[in-house]
Amino acid sequence: MKSRTTVERTSDRELVVRRTFDGPARFVFEAWTKPELLMRWWAPKSIGITFLSCETDVRTGGSYRFVFGHPASEQPVAFFGRYVEVIPNARLVWTNEESEGGAVTTATFEEKDGKTLVVVHDLYPSKEALDDAIASESTGGWPEQFEQLDSLLGEKSHPA
Amino acid sequence: MVQYTTARLDASFAALSDATRRGVLEQLWRSEASITELADKFHMTLTGMKKHVGVLELAGLVTTEKVGRVRTCRLGARRLDEEAAWIEAHHQLWDARFDALDTVVEDLKRKEKGR
Repeated sequence: MKSRTTVERTSDRELVVRRTFDGPARFVFEAWTKPELLMRWWAPKSIGITFLSCETDVRTGGSYRFVFGHPASEQPVAFFGRYVEVIPNARLVWTNEESEGGAVTTATFEEKDGKTLVVVHDLYPSKEALDDAIASESTGGWPEQFEQLDSLLGEKSHPA
Repeated sequence: MVQYTTARLDASFAALSDATRRGVLEQLWRSEASITELADKFHMTLTGMKKHVGVLELAGLVTTEKVGRVRTCRLGARRLDEEAAWIEAHHQLWDARFDALDTVVEDLKRKEKGR
């Protein structure tokens, strides 16, 4: 089945994710802002992280803090920032302040005929910041790739 | 074609089989650097570092450009593969999130009907 989620790098410093949900915008917005609902979907089981705590103060200038656990990391990891703009059931804008050069994320909720189009737009402060994000997250994947390479190399040097 | 691919793969394996060269790649992922900077960083002679960079360059993993007396090293064309992989990782994350969000929205709809 074709995925209903699209991801696009729309410029040097922007990334856009889209998907349509079968329900009114107020439900999608509620799920995006109430901690007990956010915790049910923001950290999906398939990516292997656990939501430890979730605080949201959803108003302009209010802050949020999500804390996750990961089997590969002894210390929990916190993601935090501020809500820059809050328009109930329509628009949420927040900062990502856990690392320097973090994006400002805008999520919009557009309802039509009982369905809601969600657009998540990440705007990085510069091309370098987005490149850095790509680099640091890709580097995270490297040890595993190197292990695979190492085992391949091992096979090459010890033919069966 | 097969010959070419095999040669290319061999070059990549050779390039990546060395810990210093893997370190150089990780370094260049963060930012470009001159041979001198890389040599300092990995406590090597310039000649030694030039050899390592040469191997990475042959494998297409690194490109270099000489301006004046400084040779600057950057990631090669394969950087593009990394970007594609990153976008794919984002896609997997958001797709998994949104599948779960679908369920939450369904629950909220059901609850409202029950009210």
